[in-house]
Amino acid sequence: MNEPLLAAAGLIVLTVAVGLVRILRGPDDVDRLMAVQLLGTGGIAALLLTAYATGVPGVDDVALGLALLAAFATMAFVNLLETDDDETELGETEP
Amino acid sequence: MSVLPFLDVALALLVVGLAVWTIAARDLFASVVGYVAYGLLLALVWVRLYAPDVALTEAAVGSGVTGVLLITAGKRLGAARAGEAGPSPGLALKLFAGALALLVAGALVAIILILPDPAPSLAPQAAAAADGPGAGLGNPITAVLISYRSFDTMLEKVVLILAVLGVWSVGADKAWGAAPAPLGRRNPYGATVFLAQMLAPVGAVIGVHIFWVGADAPGGAFQGGALLAAMWMIAMMARITEPPRVDARWLRLALVAGPAVFLIAGLAGPLMAGSFFAFPHAFAKPIILFIEAFMLLSIAVALPALVAGPPNGRSE
Amino acid sequence: MIPLVDLFSLCAIGAGVFFFFAGTVGLLRFPDSLTRLHALAKADNLGLGLVALGLLPRADSALAAFKLIVIWALVLLSGASTAQLIGRALRRGRK
Repeated sequence: MNEPLLAAAGLIVLTVAVGLVRILRGPDDVDRLMAVQLLGTGGIAALLLTAYATGVPGVDDVALGLALLAAFATMAFVNLLETDDDETELGETEP
Repeated sequence: MSVLPFLDVALALLVVGLAVWTIAARDLFASVVGYVAYGLLLALVWVRLYAPDVALTEAAVGSGVTGVLLITAGKRLGAARAGEAGPSPGLALKLFAGALALLVAGALVAIILILPDPAPSLAPQAAAAADGPGAGLGNPITAVLISYRSFDTMLEKVVLILAVLGVWSVGADKAWGAAPAPLGRRNPYGATVFLAQMLAPVGAVIGVHIFWVGADAPGGAFQGGALLAAMWMIAMMARITEPPRVDARWLRLALVAGPAVFLIAGLAGPLMAGSFFAFPHAFAKPIILFIEAFMLLSIAVALPALVAGPPNGRSE
Repeated sequence: MIPLVDLFSLCAIGAGVFFFFAGTVGLLRFPDSLTRLHALAKADNLGLGLVALGLLPRADSALAAFKLIVIWALVLLSGASTAQLIGRALRRGRK
């Protein structure tokens, strides 16, 4: 029963890796981020499948670490957008 | 007939292809995102090579923290470049840079080609040492890191501190002692704040868990510390907390705590076990965990300091 | 004769692989960033969720099963929040 699990893991990685074409094509930076986020989720799924198929200890912890950092890059990116002009747009002031 | 070898080869080709494309990409941000994807794939490769410890480091440091560092740097570079575009380098400089790169690459190839076969390796000694003074730890990698190549491990953390000093020294003179610029927007989005409030406590627990299981299973101070660092950065992005002033005493103490405790334990070695960086057999595990706990602290503080950047005198 | 547990795992994981495939196709073929964001969410939530569900009966301890659920919950939380952040950035016309 382990072979199908590993095959599914490989299939998921290769499938979402095709989505990396979005990094190449863009056209916007958010499209690139979405491709890498899909790769991250696919990678987590593949790691879980590998963990259960091979029984190597610690692989599920790698998946746990990746899941924890899934939003990290996107948060950093969004934070760097519109830092200069948001107050003119919203009229908000520092409390 | 198994499909696994084909999948492995496909994964390897994918990693190499992505690496080449990341270097060749003309769009700065695309290349940064490509690097993050490359780190993710590399983590999978390490798992396929049965090295979950390295995979964990790659996922947390290579893809996570470095990715955010590069995204931040890339965005700031883009903003800076729009203001001041210097003259592009001349043909002679370009040729010189190309020749230099070729020379370095050629030297690396030559060194790999003249290696004796089989390549010299310290792995057997390291494995033996992990059974000896590091005994009591179920994870041979932690045992090798702390009790076989302890000096290297300690110096790695010193390098991290030097990097932080380097980043700090880029700041303006009159800003010295102040805090780096905030990581987040002035008015953080509700979703960012919510995510930080949910993720950071869970992430802190997971980070400590990864550190703690590192004694007996894949994990350890570096991986756990990197996750803790990421959680602190997420809290800073949501403006729940701010980057500390670079002259804060607690920050500096936390930075040096790891190598300092390691060095003190190493110096106590001759008294307790007969040689530098040797640990008495009966207490090896508690001593190693004690050292690693301070390493965890230093790493969790150093990585956000690197991302936050030099002190910035402007008060927002 | 395949045991029932294996059959369940295979079905759930197969469905998960399908959603990763669908998410990738959506990411590549959909015409604009907001629809691509929609495709990404399917892969994040259902793809990984079904894979985790398929692996749940194979977990050999309560802790391992709990870890699977935590990983899925983390990705759900990250996916939903970053979709919100990306969508807002897109609506403001900054990308």
